[in-house]
Amino acid sequence: MTEGVVQRGAGAAQGFGSGSGGGQPNLGDILERVLDKGLVIVGDIRVNLLDIELLTIKLRLVIASLETAREVGINWWEDDPWFSANGSDRGKLAEENRQLRARLAELDPEGGAVPAVAAPPEREDQGKPRSRAWSKIYESEGDERDR
Amino acid sequence: MADDSGIWMYAVADRMAPEWFRDVAGIAGEPVRAISAGGLSAAVTTVRLAEFGEQALRRNLEDLGWLEKVARIHHDVIEAAAQHGPVLPMRLATVFRSDANAAAELARRQEDFAAALRRVTGRTEWGVKVSARPPATVEGFPEADRSGTGGTGPGAAFLRRRRTQLTARDNARQTVAADAEKIHLALDELAVASYARPPQDPKLTGHAEWMVLNGAYLVGEEGSAGFAAAVHRLGADYPELRIELTGPWPPYSFAVVEELDAGPTGTGERQETAR
Repeated sequence: MTEGVVQRGAGAAQGFGSGSGGGQPNLGDILERVLDKGLVIVGDIRVNLLDIELLTIKLRLVIASLETAREVGINWWEDDPWFSANGSDRGKLAEENRQLRARLAELDPEGGAVPAVAAPPEREDQGKPRSRAWSKIYESEGDERDR
Repeated sequence: MADDSGIWMYAVADRMAPEWFRDVAGIAGEPVRAISAGGLSAAVTTVRLAEFGEQALRRNLEDLGWLEKVARIHHDVIEAAAQHGPVLPMRLATVFRSDANAAAELARRQEDFAAALRRVTGRTEWGVKVSARPPATVEGFPEADRSGTGGTGPGAAFLRRRRTQLTARDNARQTVAADAEKIHLALDELAVASYARPPQDPKLTGHAEWMVLNGAYLVGEEGSAGFAAAVHRLGADYPELRIELTGPWPPYSFAVVEELDAGPTGTGERQETAR
């Protein structure tokens, strides 16, 4: 892992580099700009990209397989309960937890000394895993804006 | 204009010349043209509604291969225009029925577009992404504290370890989030405007890292070198984080007209007038 990596999105050291030669900007960086940003004017053909939440979710799932997952060679997040929203993993973990608790009950009948850990608490964040950090930053921006 | 064709719009600028796009293939390999109205020009391509009409777009936007191709072309054309001066990149899939309709929109919104162009003139968008290593996994956690207080037996010990681990991970997240906020605020100081977009999902980046900042910063061209230097400095200040600078970008994140400034979610966008 390198610190302070500089990736030229436009593939040129100075000014706006053309697409030819140099590095191509990362697809994810382009998509989040052209889909979420850019000037919105209502054309004659109306497709509300903001409504395509489904699309965004699919992007997140699929882009890695298009671009980098093969290079990286791992899909660690699919097995990491912290990041995974995968239903089958959740089921597996719930089952594992159930078994562990059953074993614990046998081994440690008094139980109560340590509260049971039903599942990683982060699980609750799964729908919007970044909310905490981001609400903080948004709030601080908001504060400044209000001044 | 045939009924089965539409006009895809890439970007708006004060002026555009057809020769800017001579070496750029437009959508579906069709040429990029410039149309003008109301003292503004737009880069456009004639597209088939069979592929770019309302129904077709809904379907095609869900096709990642199609979307990648179109998004890259859209971006390439905007970059080609941006080499010649300030541009307003359009959101992907801005399509009109005819040149006349597109021109009418330019004329109708002339003041808004001119104001938006003024805001990005002489300024560049930079992206900064900050990532942290994912916290230690269960296996990586020390086996210590077998003799600890509290319950007895291996089950209790396991739960105690697990709880300690979760707490440590939560603390790590909070520390990293606080660092990311500091980095964002430091960079924001150097920017005319900033936009904190949601961090990219690890699934999107394909990196086994946890993105904690995904900011866009509109920086005066004279300040760009200083901005890049600041990013490097922050990289040294926070060696445990990976800080990545991308750009220069056409001002996607700051191409807004007044009534849309707050954005659909009302987050992040800061108006330079507030400074």
